[in-house]
Amino acid sequence: MSAVVERCARQEWKSGPMSREVCHQFEVLVVGGGPAGLAAAARAAEASATVGIVDDNPKLGGQIWRGADQDAAGSDASMWLARLKARGVAVICGASVFDLPRPRVLLAEAETAVHVLAYSKLILATGARERFLPFLGWTLQNVIGVGGLQAMVKSGLPIRGRRVVISGTGPLLPAVAAHLRERGAEIMVICEQASWTNLLGFGCSLLQQPGKIRQGLRLSRQLAGVKFLTNAWVVSAHGGTALEYAVIRSKGETKAIPCDYLACGFHLVPNLELPMLLGCRIRNGCVEVDDLQQTAVPNILCAGEPTGVGGVELSIVEGEIAGLAAVGRVDEAKRRFRERAKHRAFAHALDHAFRLRHELSSLPSPDTVVCRCEDVRYSRLDRYASWRSAKLHTRCGMGPCQGRVCGPAVQFLFNWNSESVRPPILPVRVESLAVSASGPRSEYAEVLGGSK
Amino acid sequence: MNGGRHDVVVVGAGIVGAACAYEFARRGLRVAIVDREMVGGGATAAGMGHIVVMDDSEAQFALTRYSQTLWQDLRSELPTDVEYDRCGTIWVAADDEEMAEVRSKHEYYGKRGVPTEVLDSPSLQRLEPNLRPMAGGLLVSEDAVLYAPCAARFLIERAQEHGADLILGSPVTQMGQGKAELADGSRFTAKFVVNAAGACSPQLTPGLEVRKRKGHLVITDRYPGFIRHQLVELGYLKSASALHKDSVAFNVQPRRTGQVLIGSSRQYGAEHEEVDHEILSRMLTRAEEYMPGLAQVSSIRAWTGFRAATPDKLPLIGPWPGDESLFLATGHEGLGITTSLATGVLLADQIAGRKSQIAIDPYLPSRMAEVVAHGK
Repeated sequence: MSAVVERCARQEWKSGPMSREVCHQFEVLVVGGGPAGLAAAARAAEASATVGIVDDNPKLGGQIWRGADQDAAGSDASMWLARLKARGVAVICGASVFDLPRPRVLLAEAETAVHVLAYSKLILATGARERFLPFLGWTLQNVIGVGGLQAMVKSGLPIRGRRVVISGTGPLLPAVAAHLRERGAEIMVICEQASWTNLLGFGCSLLQQPGKIRQGLRLSRQLAGVKFLTNAWVVSAHGGTALEYAVIRSKGETKAIPCDYLACGFHLVPNLELPMLLGCRIRNGCVEVDDLQQTAVPNILCAGEPTGVGGVELSIVEGEIAGLAAVGRVDEAKRRFRERAKHRAFAHALDHAFRLRHELSSLPSPDTVVCRCEDVRYSRLDRYASWRSAKLHTRCGMGPCQGRVCGPAVQFLFNWNSESVRPPILPVRVESLAVSASGPRSEYAEVLGGSK
Repeated sequence: MNGGRHDVVVVGAGIVGAACAYEFARRGLRVAIVDREMVGGGATAAGMGHIVVMDDSEAQFALTRYSQTLWQDLRSELPTDVEYDRCGTIWVAADDEEMAEVRSKHEYYGKRGVPTEVLDSPSLQRLEPNLRPMAGGLLVSEDAVLYAPCAARFLIERAQEHGADLILGSPVTQMGQGKAELADGSRFTAKFVVNAAGACSPQLTPGLEVRKRKGHLVITDRYPGFIRHQLVELGYLKSASALHKDSVAFNVQPRRTGQVLIGSSRQYGAEHEEVDHEILSRMLTRAEEYMPGLAQVSSIRAWTGFRAATPDKLPLIGPWPGDESLFLATGHEGLGITTSLATGVLLADQIAGRKSQIAIDPYLPSRMAEVVAHGK
């Protein structure tokens, strides 16, 4: 029997609801504490609005600025964090937004509380996640996401002297490789599935952006001597319980490469669950916004990766525009349009250069697990016409990750899209889902202090 | 396009349509099953999959019990993904008044050959330690649960083995007078057409008194052993029979996967399929009252569905007055999984002109026509 059942047998388990409800009211509520969210919150707060920012991570910074509070003063991240603090923005970390119980109110679950978040304007900066593609052996231990490995190393995973193979697509691959190498990892090879001509085109598109060029040059110095293959991808991973070697395909040949970690990432996909729950219009896999980052739903704005994956600079400028627009500073917002246009060009170039090649859809064999939560293999899926029917009959995507991992994969493999999003948009305690947020609340708690 | 000539066209590939197709095909009829979307995608997917004997009325008892024995006969053939589990139902009594109801239920079932056991408070606590202390309960040990979408698929595959055709992806625009027409232009002709479209059945057969009754469910992560029986509050009977107001009841189910399904709610007049937070909140609060430990359990998904409800709470199984070719198999409300197999058999008997094992009169659609004739 599982530990949970043992716990259930003890009396204190039966005590029922444990968490308290904490109510907040904000003029501007920002969901997501990455670059876009921080920029939006700072800009809105600097215009004297009452601003709150909620994030499911223990600290602000998002995926890319994880651990930003440790950064040296002067970094972009620490600058934005300081601006937030100076304006007393209420920070609610470790809380996941999971439902919209009534208009202009969100619920977020924290470890011992449910936050009831009322707002006048909402800015969605929910970021993106990595796309995984299933291949033989991808569920072995130490086969992980590129961003996931970076996060683990930042949180203290020892990587010195460990052999790492990196495979997938996108600018995250060399960036993470450089970071791991700096920490002492031995990068065996970087396999970029895109073609050399695509990358060349991408490089040319950067000529307008000296900043990106500088970053690129720095990366290439940091990665001097590391094998970087284009037109190459991992086909399988092998080992007993843990990983022993990865097999890659390059120039029509396959080759086994011994390694301790295989880090894979097939670019990023926007986190659309909350925008969809709120009714925002989605087009081509992104939240549709107007010039002022306003979505199709009144009073809801969106910034950063959900409007189209474009990297940190685009996220910041979109966040700034959304934050300014939310408090009516339209003229100031308009002055940031040119900057945004420049970075959007980069986003388009990204999209074009790192489009997934068709061959990758034949990576899974009939036996390959596609849905890890429910252990559903490829051969059980290809007969279904839609994800919903596959879900119903095979349980693919029905586990605790709610299809966050296999969803982007089946989208690529079978062209299945998720039609609907329902609360809770991620697993929460029954007591949290049971919170009644109806009726007029006579009093809202004082807005939390900015430093919490 | 010509969909061809069949003996029977079944409209709706939910559990009821699947059971009808299965029974017809087994008896050698040439069958087509059509569905606008997929196998088991409507109330079959949304419901709990509880095979339960009910005693609201003599007719309800007869149908649920008969169908339960049919499921038991089929049990050894069901594939594992149907997750058939004879876990039994415990009707939970909160107080002495409900305990009195337990005893009368015990007597009723006993007289009709259904084994039940009256549980006092300590024995209930022993069987279900996560329940808060209760007055007692009634264990109905032959009740079972299953995963209905896969059960529907199994029945349809069996029908296909007997030559049935399955046509998915295009809604039926018109049926009756020995034919069914699909939105994609295809046209099926048959001696009989069966409306097994559940909550959508009135759209296909105007005048049919079937209303949508919305329900919510929540499923948890895996907690094997958290509960061991389907647990239903006895107050459920009161709330389920309240025809006109929104109601919630404690109704939880153990899944083979170790997950717990938490229900239930009933609403009329709610046509949209979105999750209604207030109903969900009431439903879960009710569940926490009975089972405080549920509060800390992780819920991974919530959804809604529409039951096909009739005014007298009995399904419509039989010919539709005024069209010799048109038969109904709808209006099963919350009991479609339980009564699907019996529905298939009763309908096949009627088509063959054979006498059924149980009296069919209470389920005949003509009873509605009589109500209409007298009432208006």
